[in-house]
Amino acid sequence: MSENFRLEKGGLINRNKKISFTFNGKKYFGYEGDTLASALLANGVHLVGRSFKYHRPRGFFGAGVDEPYAIVQMNRNNEVDPNVRATEQELFEGLEAKSVNCWPNVNFDIGAINNFLNKFFPAGFYYKTFMWPKSFWYKIYEPIIRKAAGFGAASIKHDKERYEHKYEYCDLLIAGTGPSGLASAYAAAKNGAKIILAEDKSRYGGSLLTSEVTIGNQSGQDWAEQIISELKSMPNVIVKNRSQVFGYYDHNMLVMSERVSDHLPKTDKYTPKQRLWYIRAKEVVISSGSIERPLVFGNNDTPGVMLSSAAKEYLKVYGVLVGKKPIIFTNNDSGYETAIEFKKNGVDPIVLDTRKDANSEIIKEAKELNINIKFSYVVVAAKGYKKVNSADIAKISDDKKVISNIENIKCDCICVSGFWTPTIHLASQSGNKTKFNEEIDAFVPSHSKQKEVTLGSANGVFTLEETLKTSFEKGSELSKQITNKENKVPIPTVVEKKSSKYDKFWCVPLPEGKNYKRFLDFQNDVAVADIQLALREGYRSIEHVKRYTTLGMATDQGKTSNLNGLQLVSEVENKVVPQVGHTTFRPPYTPVSIGAIVGREVGKHAKPTRKSPMHHWHEKNNAVFVDAGVWLRPRYYKQGNENLFEASKREAKNVRQNVGVCDVTTLGKIDIKGPDAAEFLNRVYTNSWLKLPVGKARYGVMLREDGIVMDDGTTTRISENHYHMTTTTAQAANVLSHLEYYLQLVWPELNVNVVSSTEQWAGAAIAGPKSRDVLQKLFPDLDVSNEGLPFMGYMEGNLFGVYAKIFRISFSGELAYEVNVESDHGNFMWEKIMEIGKEFNIQAYGTEALSTLRIEMGHVAGSELDGRTIPYDNSLEGLVSKKKDFIGKRSLGKKAYVAANRQKIVGVVPLDKKTSIPEGSYIVKDPKAKLPNPKLGHVSASCWSVEYDNPFSLAIIKDGKNMIGQKLYALSPLRNKSIPVEIVSSHYVDPKGERVRS
Amino acid sequence: MLYIKCPHCGLRPQTEFSYGGDATVKRPELNKEVSDQEWDNFVYLRKSPRGKHLELWQHISGCRQWIKVERDTLTHEIFTTLKANENL
Repeated sequence: MSENFRLEKGGLINRNKKISFTFNGKKYFGYEGDTLASALLANGVHLVGRSFKYHRPRGFFGAGVDEPYAIVQMNRNNEVDPNVRATEQELFEGLEAKSVNCWPNVNFDIGAINNFLNKFFPAGFYYKTFMWPKSFWYKIYEPIIRKAAGFGAASIKHDKERYEHKYEYCDLLIAGTGPSGLASAYAAAKNGAKIILAEDKSRYGGSLLTSEVTIGNQSGQDWAEQIISELKSMPNVIVKNRSQVFGYYDHNMLVMSERVSDHLPKTDKYTPKQRLWYIRAKEVVISSGSIERPLVFGNNDTPGVMLSSAAKEYLKVYGVLVGKKPIIFTNNDSGYETAIEFKKNGVDPIVLDTRKDANSEIIKEAKELNINIKFSYVVVAAKGYKKVNSADIAKISDDKKVISNIENIKCDCICVSGFWTPTIHLASQSGNKTKFNEEIDAFVPSHSKQKEVTLGSANGVFTLEETLKTSFEKGSELSKQITNKENKVPIPTVVEKKSSKYDKFWCVPLPEGKNYKRFLDFQNDVAVADIQLALREGYRSIEHVKRYTTLGMATDQGKTSNLNGLQLVSEVENKVVPQVGHTTFRPPYTPVSIGAIVGREVGKHAKPTRKSPMHHWHEKNNAVFVDAGVWLRPRYYKQGNENLFEASKREAKNVRQNVGVCDVTTLGKIDIKGPDAAEFLNRVYTNSWLKLPVGKARYGVMLREDGIVMDDGTTTRISENHYHMTTTTAQAANVLSHLEYYLQLVWPELNVNVVSSTEQWAGAAIAGPKSRDVLQKLFPDLDVSNEGLPFMGYMEGNLFGVYAKIFRISFSGELAYEVNVESDHGNFMWEKIMEIGKEFNIQAYGTEALSTLRIEMGHVAGSELDGRTIPYDNSLEGLVSKKKDFIGKRSLGKKAYVAANRQKIVGVVPLDKKTSIPEGSYIVKDPKAKLPNPKLGHVSASCWSVEYDNPFSLAIIKDGKNMIGQKLYALSPLRNKSIPVEIVSSHYVDPKGERVRS
Repeated sequence: MLYIKCPHCGLRPQTEFSYGGDATVKRPELNKEVSDQEWDNFVYLRKSPRGKHLELWQHISGCRQWIKVERDTLTHEIFTTLKANENL
């Protein structure tokens, strides 16, 4: 039977709308406006999970982003959502959630045995234990640890939800809508600045939602509501709730994650689940507030122990009592606010104040309400396993070293307040060198590196009056610099209670003979003894202590544990906190889902897909496509039940026997113009270009400055000062940048312009002994005879009304032509070629046949020009001019490049003429030699020679020049193959190159 | 993400640019005799300074111009940007 902890009235929830949900399979009710946490607490559910290492019971510790425990796994719209903080998840009808990190269930968790074995789980346990034997790690230790650890299980299904990215620019980005955020936003908005105001919760107002203050003549909460509604109505202001600014990057770029639909049962069709905002802000106001610091005592992780501010928020925002017999354990005035709130709602709290005595307005008020206050008192240990049922409390000496008069009192919750820690994560991420503020024992932002300012309690200012004053002023000042406008806003008067000095005491000593665990880091199960051990073992740097003990790691990033950890280290080390320093805060401040980071760049949208103008024809004709860079190219055209091997063989054979046509639109094309174009090409390519006549093409190789081949292709002189360059598909973009580099930076005196024309031209390669017949019929008016259009010739033609460029160039080694027309006419050209070629048995061929044809001809391509080879290695040394200088020439003289036994391309044929040699195989002398077997080189490309009907490969091997005729072995250890081979010339077919000139 | 002021186009996000290395490296003139040491320095050896660094970027998704950027390699502060033919 669950008890009701919901107050009769109060809170900001909508009591008219009841909502049902299930947690760990059990059905509960809450109200609209609840979080999963507040709804569970209203039902008296405190046990929500198990801790990371010891599997100790876990309840709720906070009420928002600082929650270290209550991480649940959600089921939403048939998808799982792991790593959800129950304190942030808003309730919706039918919400389903369950505990994580427990098995078989949260009430009976077998892993809890770790708790009783905890002597064996000291700091650095994993490092110490699982090191040996090494081979056990992958098979035994890791799988077990993985099963026991983690905050939920990610789905292995495709995430059907939609995530979006948004880019935004603004004058001021303001992170947080507490008093400082609202005041600075309001002042800046009045000056006409473009503002983005972000709030991570669903409700605006921050601390004003729970504090008893008056601003002007309104309550703090009403004032916040009024400011927000006014800001929302202004066209220059974007107000966003459920939006966490989690990262501050270079040059004032911030990233914010907006939970657009997480609070709804289902995402609307055209709405994203989450949206990631990339915001470039001229100025940033960090008004991220502060988080209450825990006090450290025995078993302070027991469910029912929580931050006093969280208890107050559950009361004031959700109308929920976290307990009916509360102990408030505090070292400052904040605890009294919670105590008074309990009292007002008919619950009698006991306040244990670590201070000897304190006087302030609020303490007076508490006394007047007859609240039981015990000064110089502490909680020594919480009692109870799955829920607090009592506490050992004691008197503490003035020097805070000795505890006495230990007694046990009944309670059902312990609300702790150890003062406040400014949330400086964003400031720290921006590169701000933080400083230590002695007065509040915490780090606050100091010198700004970027355009940011931190205001309010995030800056260590804890009075509303000062916060509002500086925030109004700062908002006005920053915006005035940008907009040059000033509309002064009157700063409202404030009524608030003055606080008395807080006590720096934070850790209760252990009573004699007791060995209670006193936790510092609640998410990662790091206790006081763990840090002490790490220090005893010699860890000094706080960064090392963090990694060794896991203090402040994981999704929590030390939101509640950081400062107490630092205090402990400094105490043990006898240093002051600023000497110890703090670990670097890194983005993200809160976990960001992978979906939001990826955005819409999933599946087909991960990269652009480029299709040639003939794509539809390929599709209609059963092309099987392959990714070639960003292009989709036909790999082969399937006929009947053909497989890749059969189809490509048929296509290649038809080129050798009749005629084939291949879509070469994807080749990079660069238009080069200018009076110095010839001189430029002469410097870019290894061969000479000054004497290339108009109407002629030439094959060229270009190098990098280090002598390595960068790319190859043909360039054609269209007219006196106009060239058409082609590059390989893969290198098109790099070659253009390369040319621009030399033209703009190295030889700016050359009068040349280059521009990419890849997408302007559609290309078809017509190859095979009957290609001239096809060409003649395509261009009946032209003389395309061997004399009229010789090898490497160029002419322009009229293809049934369409302007065409005709190049007599060949990659297949056959008589061949490449016809280019403007892209819009690509499909027309293609269909004409197919129609006319029919009588000559023309067939389209894909990249697989294309490879076969070039490999058996010994033409090099990307697999040989792999960024490791020089011209000689590819038998291209004949194209290297000795007379002129060019890019990379000086490097070709390097000793290794001119060595007598330098690697060179060869052909490889298996002795049995049957066994295909896998690409990547090693060429070795002795297949049984001791490993590592000295390799002579590798097989770069393999095909089935259609000319000889046996396998043929290209390889680049040491001393290739002198290896022709040798019997060696191709070794593929991956496939466990050892193939006896013979080394032959790389020009396997038509070694004299007669066909291309026929 | 850096915010780079292209001298031709104005402030643009880093994603529009590609990095091009040390801008102070000068290619030896064509047809000039250079020692092995000089050539190796040009091809391979680069300083990796902590602090101010004059470097090349190309505005590939914009005007396609190569520009010079003086940047702090530690803080990413950008002090100045120059056109290809300008010098500090």
